[in-house]
Amino acid sequence: MDEQKLVCVKCRIPLAPGDVTLTYMGSNFPVKLPKCPRCGLVYIPEALATGKMQQVEAALEDK
Amino acid sequence: MDQKELREQEARCIQENAPGCTAGCPVHVDVRGIVNAVRKGDWAAGAAVFAKTVPFPGIIARICDQPCRQGCKRGEIGDPVAVSALELACVAGSDKPAPRVAALPAKDRRVAVAGAGLSGLTAALELARKGYRVVVFEAGDRPGGSILGIPASRLPRQAIEDDLAIFGQLPVEFRFGAAVGGPGMSLGALAESFDAVFVGVGSAEALCGLGAERGADGNAAIEPATLATGHPKIFAGGSLRRNRDSRSPVASIADGRIAAVSIDRLLQGASLSAGREKEGPYATSLYTNIAGIEPRAAVAAANPAAGYSAEEARLEAERCLLCECRECVKACEYLAHYGSYPRRYVREVYNNLSIVMGIHHANKMINTCALCGQCAALCPNSLDMGEVCLEARRLMVERGKMPPSVHDFALRDMAFSTGEAFALSRHQPGYSSSRFVFFPGCQQAASSPQPVRKMYEFLCGRLEGGVGLMLGCCGAPANWAGREELFRETLLATEKNWEDLGRPTVITACPTCYSMFHHNLPGVPVETLWTLLDRTGLPEGPAGLQAQKLAVHDSCTTRHEASLHRCVRNILSRLGHGAEELPHTRETTVCCGYGGLMLFADREVARKVVARRIGESPTDYLTYCAMCRDNFASQGKRAVYLLDLLFAAGGDDPAARPAPGYSDRRENRARLKRALRRDLWGETVTEPESGVELIIPADVRSVLEDRMILDGDVAQVIVHAETTGDKFEDTASGRFLACHRPSAVTYWVEYSPADGGFLVHNAYSHRIEILY
Ligand code: SF4
Ligand code: SF4
Ligand code: SF4
Ligand SMILES: [Zn+2]
Repeated sequence: MDEQKLVCVKCRIPLAPGDVTLTYMGSNFPVKLPKCPRCGLVYIPEALATGKMQQVEAALEDK
Repeated sequence: MDQKELREQEARCIQENAPGCTAGCPVHVDVRGIVNAVRKGDWAAGAAVFAKTVPFPGIIARICDQPCRQGCKRGEIGDPVAVSALELACVAGSDKPAPRVAALPAKDRRVAVAGAGLSGLTAALELARKGYRVVVFEAGDRPGGSILGIPASRLPRQAIEDDLAIFGQLPVEFRFGAAVGGPGMSLGALAESFDAVFVGVGSAEALCGLGAERGADGNAAIEPATLATGHPKIFAGGSLRRNRDSRSPVASIADGRIAAVSIDRLLQGASLSAGREKEGPYATSLYTNIAGIEPRAAVAAANPAAGYSAEEARLEAERCLLCECRECVKACEYLAHYGSYPRRYVREVYNNLSIVMGIHHANKMINTCALCGQCAALCPNSLDMGEVCLEARRLMVERGKMPPSVHDFALRDMAFSTGEAFALSRHQPGYSSSRFVFFPGCQQAASSPQPVRKMYEFLCGRLEGGVGLMLGCCGAPANWAGREELFRETLLATEKNWEDLGRPTVITACPTCYSMFHHNLPGVPVETLWTLLDRTGLPEGPAGLQAQKLAVHDSCTTRHEASLHRCVRNILSRLGHGAEELPHTRETTVCCGYGGLMLFADREVARKVVARRIGESPTDYLTYCAMCRDNFASQGKRAVYLLDLLFAAGGDDPAARPAPGYSDRRENRARLKRALRRDLWGETVTEPESGVELIIPADVRSVLEDRMILDGDVAQVIVHAETTGDKFEDTASGRFLACHRPSAVTYWVEYSPADGGFLVHNAYSHRIEILY
């Protein structure tokens, strides 16, 4: 999926990088992720979910 | 599992014990180390290994009587390895100068050594290295003792000189022409003026002549482990301990060293006897399997006087078996994967459990073991890595340290089986009591629902007294995941159903169910379907398949059920087929890659386990667990599930059936329950609401399987997106992208509406939660 081409269906506006807090196993981490500037719907790209996020999950699970 | 139990398990692994040669060598030369050096042609390295335990390598390499060879495994099938000749090749081939000896700082204690033979010289050398001031009293005019009588052709004088040159670097004083026992030099007088005395005067008579106490046999009494005599300051050893015909240079060296240790301990005020069992020669408890090793004659030196040439030495070194155990590692792909052996692994597990803060590096290893028990069946000391890993998992769960993602999918699948969609427990239609109850097991129904149904119908007709039916899960996934509480709950629920049915005999199709009940519900009578059928007769089916040979894969959870193994083979032959035995079969069989939920912890290792097993024979496999079959089939192996085989008709090819995917496995279970209720019990069964219609192309299907995303998960995301409107649109393709988090996992689905339903383009998931 091309991030540039994504729009939030409800608000009909393109996504923009915004502050998001992710959490797992009691740890919170602030990150910048594409989201809808109006309603705040967050987009997690596939590469992030199956790459970095999976590594972080595994690392936190082994702590 | 406490520290003590882990230690006990760890100690069962004898892989690190010395090989027979090293154990049998009085000074424990690392023969494998020398062999490895010779194989590489690294003479200096070989000589260094030798010199590490042998103080006079040039002498000993030429005259050693090689007691090590009695312990050599090669010797059990022919000539033992020519150890001494290899040692000599190293000593002679090494041009490195002898290393300088580092002596500890000088102490002010003085030790007398009587006799400059091999034992006395060794004692003097070792004590001087420890910093003691040593005086050697020798009756003759030079050091060496009895070795001076060996012809120079065998032991060149230069070799003696070279080895003894080491004394030039140490504070050892030699007094020649000074016979102990001579005028003014009684043993008693020496003991008065020195802090300790070692007597290595070559003969027992001489020692007794010096006034030492005699034992019952009339010889001087010497304590073998410490070489202590009746006099607290006097120690004795060397040839005087032995008969003339059993003298051994290397044993004399060992004596000198043992005495030096004793004297050091005496002078330090330490216990003389503690922990000294393995100082001299002993029989090793290392196990080495020599089955299948071809005998090979020892290499003879072309020129015996010159010893081995480099090439001859290399060839002889090739004969060494480099003895070790690794019986379990050789058979278990999982154990081999981490490159070591259980003694180390148990230690890693222990360390992993002890970590309070920091990374638990062994989590994955602990969770990947199949818990199959093959190692215990092969290990000479029955070490069971499966037990260690299972106990570790239980502790991890108890302490909240189990990674939540590992078993999540499997446990949700188990919840599906024990839930409304599949679980069922009732009497045979038309009966109000049950003498038997058929428990096919969740995965058998998931993989092979039709034959399960046929088998139930057959049993109802064959057995008297009512055959109830119980659909559900035995709880094995919870057990394997270390979830004791959940496992107990599941067992209790099964037991309760069984009681409600009037305590019938349970007939299990799945070997794992059998094993779980058999070991955990002692009050419940249980039998496998296969032993029952062998006893009571097979269903008369259609013509069946053409006679063929099938390689039997025994299930690991029933490796000790010899009668089951027998009955399965009987059934096969009654069906007209032949049985082939795989290399690991019956009690030493291998796990199919599903046991212990290994597949969920490390797919790579599980795939290797499957690959190794299916590579063992080109013949089609026969399994009596559907899960085993599906694992083999998933990697392209033709395999037949015995239940499928029983009901196969002429043209069928049950070995070619693809393994159903995760979603189908659920659907098969749910559908089986509905069909049975409707057709056998005559109930009105409402088919589930069709919900959203999903169109899943084959390539997307394999992505879903790979990521363990179920059709139900996909449907939930789409329903959520379509009802809330929370979704993205790709303005280029017109596809939607949306996510939903039903519980611990967030699923993302890329889809587009397509006639009446939704076409799925992709799906992925993560466990990290989007907080805000
Ligand atoms: S085969 Fe090699 S390691 Fe084994 S006992 Fe013989 S010499 Fe020692
Ligand atoms: S079989 Fe395995 S666990 Fe047992 S002693 Fe040998 S290496 Fe160790
Ligand atoms: S997979 Fe089986 S044989 Fe291998 S370590 Fe685990 S229990 Fe032992
Ligand atoms: Zn929006």
